Amino acid sequence: MLNEIIQTIPQVLIDGLALGTVYAVIALGYTMVYGILELINFAHGEIFMTGAFIGTALLIFMTGTGWGAALPAIVMLIIVLIVTAFLTGFLGMGIERLAYRPLRNAPRLIPLITAIGISFLLQDIVRLIAELTKGNYIVTGPSLFTEQVLIKTSSISSIFNDASIKTSFIIVLVTAVIMMIALDIFVNRTRWGMAMRAVAQDRETASLMTVNVNKVISITFFVGSALGGATGVLFAVQYGTIDPYIGFILGLKAFTAAVIGGIGNIRGAMIGGLLLGVLEMFASANLTLLTGGIFGAEYKDVFAFAILIIVLLFKPEGLLGKPVTEKV
Amino acid sequence: MKTLWKKYEQNKLAHGIFLLIYIGVTSLSLYTAQKSVAAFLLLLTSLLLLYFTKFTNLTKWLIAGFVLVFLLPFTASNGDAYQSYMEVSTLVGIYIAMALGLNIVVGMAGLLDLGFVAFFAVGAYTYGIFATAQASNFMPFGTFPLSGESFWLFIIIGGLVAALFGILLGIPVLRVKGDYLAIVTLGFGEIIRIIFNNLDRPINITNGAMGISSVTPPRLFGIDFLYPSQFYYIVLVLLFFTIFTVRRFEHSKIGRSWKAVRENEIAAQAMGVPLVRTKLMAFAIGATFSGMMGVVFAAKQAFVDPTSFTLLESITILVMVVLGGMGSVPGVILGAAVMTILNLQVLTEMTNWLNQLSLSGIISIPYALSPAKMQRFIFGALLILFALYRPKGLLPAKNRIFIEKDLQGVNRKAKLVTTQEQSENEKL
Repeated sequence: MLNEIIQTIPQVLIDGLALGTVYAVIALGYTMVYGILELINFAHGEIFMTGAFIGTALLIFMTGTGWGAALPAIVMLIIVLIVTAFLTGFLGMGIERLAYRPLRNAPRLIPLITAIGISFLLQDIVRLIAELTKGNYIVTGPSLFTEQVLIKTSSISSIFNDASIKTSFIIVLVTAVIMMIALDIFVNRTRWGMAMRAVAQDRETASLMTVNVNKVISITFFVGSALGGATGVLFAVQYGTIDPYIGFILGLKAFTAAVIGGIGNIRGAMIGGLLLGVLEMFASANLTLLTGGIFGAEYKDVFAFAILIIVLLFKPEGLLGKPVTEKV
Repeated sequence: MKTLWKKYEQNKLAHGIFLLIYIGVTSLSLYTAQKSVAAFLLLLTSLLLLYFTKFTNLTKWLIAGFVLVFLLPFTASNGDAYQSYMEVSTLVGIYIAMALGLNIVVGMAGLLDLGFVAFFAVGAYTYGIFATAQASNFMPFGTFPLSGESFWLFIIIGGLVAALFGILLGIPVLRVKGDYLAIVTLGFGEIIRIIFNNLDRPINITNGAMGISSVTPPRLFGIDFLYPSQFYYIVLVLLFFTIFTVRRFEHSKIGRSWKAVRENEIAAQAMGVPLVRTKLMAFAIGATFSGMMGVVFAAKQAFVDPTSFTLLESITILVMVVLGGMGSVPGVILGAAVMTILNLQVLTEMTNWLNQLSLSGIISIPYALSPAKMQRFIFGALLILFALYRPKGLLPAKNRIFIEKDLQGVNRKAKLVTTQEQSENEKL
């Protein structure tokens, strides 16, 4: 049994990393918003999903008009990523303006309810548009990077099997890493990043120091949503088929990742995402084996939620977070 | 005009006459025009009008009881649409009881629960498993399916099992609050659904995604309950019980503790409210009603499968609570009734109407736009609009306020004055 598990580990690791990067980048969006507003932006998963749809639509449009043949695939992807990021960024800003800002001083339950409302609204609007234009809300985009690359892990040690990856995975990984590094620089090195950190620390004091709090919050939403939307495109490229309801469960997992890493902590979100991705892939590959066929791969979501509950119970501040004392 | 209105507002007799005429006209129109959904809805509206009259509570209950027990079934009964009306009324009752349960958790105790339908599922499966041969897969003793008489016992068992699950959910989430709680309960709901969906291996308990079919109908005095018109009465009895208990809880010590916890957990704790017990009670009691109705639901549909217990259902119940007014019992009843009727009657009717229009070639509505598929859109929009513009809902919650002077006895009579709850806006 152990042999079998070890043999598949290279493949599990690679698939897990692919999934984990997606989680990590979505988790960044949760973390940024939470860090600054202490609000879980429930609609973030739906922004991700909208990004996936916008990206797929753009890709279909570009291949349809013949640009696809003229441009190399990677250039096309970059264009699509940038356009989608801007669109979803503005979408995120709009949501904040419409549904969160009027409620900033309301009891905490209320913005949470509008967030659920927004995510339902987005799901249905995207379904509507997809169904009206394509006839079906499950959409398959053009496949861009499909070559398989074989990694000879068996040459390291004979106990491993070979793993294979799609080229799209490498592109997803590289793009995600670039986005994360860019975000890290943005938050830690730029003036806007400094303003964001200031607002996250203390909104009122920051506003006394001539920081335009509303603008900073808007920008936070823009950046977080842009990242989420771009990840949506990456997801669509990597996995091919998308539907309007992917955002919900992925958003939940990404939230789990953010909690594992310590919500509000950007590096924690990255680590949490990767960790959750790998753990989940491991579970889905080996649960059947480990439990002697009692539980199958279909329990991997249960596994992820169980991790969430356990983390919240025993280390609610997450791996990298600092425990907060409550203000009375 | 204004003085006339004022006079009318003061005059109980005028209320009575108006109500009588209203009920008479609507029930007569339901009696004669059998297929009219409008008449059916208008007759139900009479209950709302009744709520706004100035009668004593006992009179209101008697009139409402008369309309629901006798008038509604009787006037609807002499046409083809009878069973479908009763079906809708039964479902309305089921949803009202569930929304009242969630209202305890969300509205009174302030714990946002996004996996509430899990308790409904637990209740439904409890009866579903034992009222079919399914139970013999894992219980070697006893003969299954159980007879229809056991249904009455299972209403209680279903409630208890759901309460147990409520406590099970409550224990781990006691340490988290607010947004975390919402996510954890959401995850819990999903876990329950996934487990029910996959529990056909290694031992076949729930029959997986196939669901459990041909659940034994309830039986009383040798009569099998098969039709919605019969389930209507079961639901009605349970509903009266639910409303009665919920009202009792609301004004009891535990109800006040819930509200205190909702307003400020730390202050409540400092004033001696046992936090753990209060929260667990909210979860358990809220779940009980849901579980009981789950049993009825399983018996009514004669079929249980995991697709009836998705997140959409949880959100639907949440919309009912928010729409009606969090923490307000009459509000939640209204919200649940409006949402269920909107879902079952109005949207389906509109879809049929639009389909007919496009069939006869007047206008063509694409399939994607059909109102029956717009549920999520409507729910989302309602949640946002109400949270933004009417966070207190259609019928806001009222708190009894005792005026000190009256209590000390200027005229030795304690006067009850109700005013709008204001504490909600106070934040530390």
